[in-house]
Amino acid sequence: MKETPLSNCERRFLLRAIEEKKRLDGRQTYDYRNIKISFGTDYGCCIVELGKTRVLGQVSCELVSPKLNRATEGILFFNLELSQMAAPAFEPGRQSDLLVKLNRLLERCLRNSKCIDTESLCVVAGEKVWQIRVDLHLLNHDGNIIDAASIAAIVALCHFRRPDVSVQGDEVTLYTPEERDPVPLSIHHMPICVSFAFFQQGTYLLVDPNEREERVMDGLLVIAMNKHREICTIQSSGGIMLLKDQVLRCSKIAGVKVAEITELIQKALENDQKVRHRKEGGKFGFAESIANQRITAFKMEKAPIDTSDVGEKAEEIIAEAEPPSEVVSNPVLWTPGTAQIGEGIENSWGDLEDSEKEDEDEGGSEEAVILDSVKMDAGVISNIGSQDAPIVLSDSEEEEMIILEPDKNPKKIRTQTISVKQEKAASKKPMKKRKKKRAVN
Amino acid sequence: MEGAMQVDTQIRTEPGAEAGPGGPGCSLRHFACEQNLLSRPDGSASFLQGDTSVLAGVYGPAEVKISKEIFNKATLEVLLRPKTGLPGVAEKSRERLIRNTCEAVVLGALHPRTSITVVLQVISDAGSLLACCLNAACMALVDAGVPMRALFCGVTCALDADGNLVLDPTVKQEKEARAVLTFALDSVEWKLLMSTTKGLYTNAELQQCLAAAQAASQQVFRFFRESLQRRYSKS
Repeated sequence: MKETPLSNCERRFLLRAIEEKKRLDGRQTYDYRNIKISFGTDYGCCIVELGKTRVLGQVSCELVSPKLNRATEGILFFNLELSQMAAPAFEPGRQSDLLVKLNRLLERCLRNSKCIDTESLCVVAGEKVWQIRVDLHLLNHDGNIIDAASIAAIVALCHFRRPDVSVQGDEVTLYTPEERDPVPLSIHHMPICVSFAFFQQGTYLLVDPNEREERVMDGLLVIAMNKHREICTIQSSGGIMLLKDQVLRCSKIAGVKVAEITELIQKALENDQKVRHRKEGGKFGFAESIANQRITAFKMEKAPIDTSDVGEKAEEIIAEAEPPSEVVSNPVLWTPGTAQIGEGIENSWGDLEDSEKEDEDEGGSEEAVILDSVKMDAGVISNIGSQDAPIVLSDSEEEEMIILEPDKNPKKIRTQTISVKQEKAASKKPMKKRKKKRAVN
Repeated sequence: MEGAMQVDTQIRTEPGAEAGPGGPGCSLRHFACEQNLLSRPDGSASFLQGDTSVLAGVYGPAEVKISKEIFNKATLEVLLRPKTGLPGVAEKSRERLIRNTCEAVVLGALHPRTSITVVLQVISDAGSLLACCLNAACMALVDAGVPMRALFCGVTCALDADGNLVLDPTVKQEKEARAVLTFALDSVEWKLLMSTTKGLYTNAELQQCLAAAQAASQQVFRFFRESLQRRYSKS
């Protein structure tokens, strides 16, 4: 589905509003939208909501052999997916420019800033290291994907616990969560991206642009920073010229925003820890993050189902139903390694190349049914007959159906059909008819 | 239809069969549903069954690609996205099962030459995932206002080694089970729309599971009804 284009009047309206220092959602220039962080039941799973933009983050780990040039370092892998759920314009399975750009920026923000201690992920140097995989799914696109994704990634990484391992000699033991508590990753700092949108060649600036604002902006400046005010990545796109003062001002704003967001993340993580480790089994997970007072949400407690009469009902149905047709399932061994059970009807699943073959098949299956009834009645005698048939089947390269008929000489017929084909290659219909007749006979 | 068997069963269920104290394991986990939580899709729903959670978004009826256009009905597409990694064969097979179920109830003929896209995102898998996907898809379709002949729900049954029946199993129960059966049932006659099974079971056990699924489906449909009633109430 194509994206709905933005009309000229919408564009003008948005730009006029920005010139008047107004935003459609009532925010001030430097305001972020509300950030909500919720955690799943398993470790390393979180949903980050930035206004209406929503990103699901999931961290998983795996023991792999390290890269040759980095024998003592674990591997970090980031993958942001723009699911079609987020916006109708995102096509599944296509690497759009936006997606490549966002993935690259995430990698620079989180891997190249060395926020995760990759050396602590090494189990046996040169042999086994942990590969940490961060999957991010965009669930709803309302602008500023990169900020939401970077928050989701770092929150998921902070929340994640990997299984404990021990090395004794050459033996590596992996402990299940029941045996030993899983261990958290060692995280040095938390880089967070802050986006600035520029309008009218850099005259106007907005923090955290929403989808509409993103569509009318001229350029974007993304600054990734941690709470120690260290810049991890800075990227300007859209081809706007920025003055030195502007960039410095942006980095100051970013510092403030990052400090706020980091505090929020730490609070959310602490809350989750508290609930998770409460003795009386506190409730956590996404079920708890659904606001019960909302009119669109509804919950139901565990409901018992009466299944006492299930047995009787089943018996009743089986008693009422016709008994299943008794299938003669004497396995017949044709050749070593090839046996047959069932009725021997040709399977109709294969790709038939043309209508001619289809017709042949139809004729064939009819025959097979007839043959089968004969088999049922005749018992032992037909067994011999049907034993003849498959031998011919293996002979025939064209998979003609005629061979199922035991009392005809198949080879003769085949030569006939071939000659017919040659003669009547141009007109297929008459030939088909003839074949059908033959089959019925 | 290859993927989904569409079998009409002759089971008559009494609508008055109230949930009583069932045997151990014969209960549904707690359910939760939130509709219309995403702003971009036409309809969306997040469905939770215990710790299993699926988010669904529906776009449609909308513009369709010429190559996928069907001249007398809507093209129904289902996308299922796993939580980690890329979608594989298992997802494709589930997509197909869900699509066939949806096609059986969605009145596609009312919107010819359009597309209805259902996108499902697994949020967490703690057993009975396919059933949860079906329920989420149904609630999202309702939220999008797609015309349907009936509602549908998914119910998973597991048979353990002793032949005991477990409804809405968790991952652990599914792993220990001898057979896991998932059914999709419609809300009008509680007839079977889709069934997919794994493992060994007898004819009688299949019928038992089906009867249990029908009993459970009434509870699920009651949940659907109550959540929609709340949604369209004034308070």
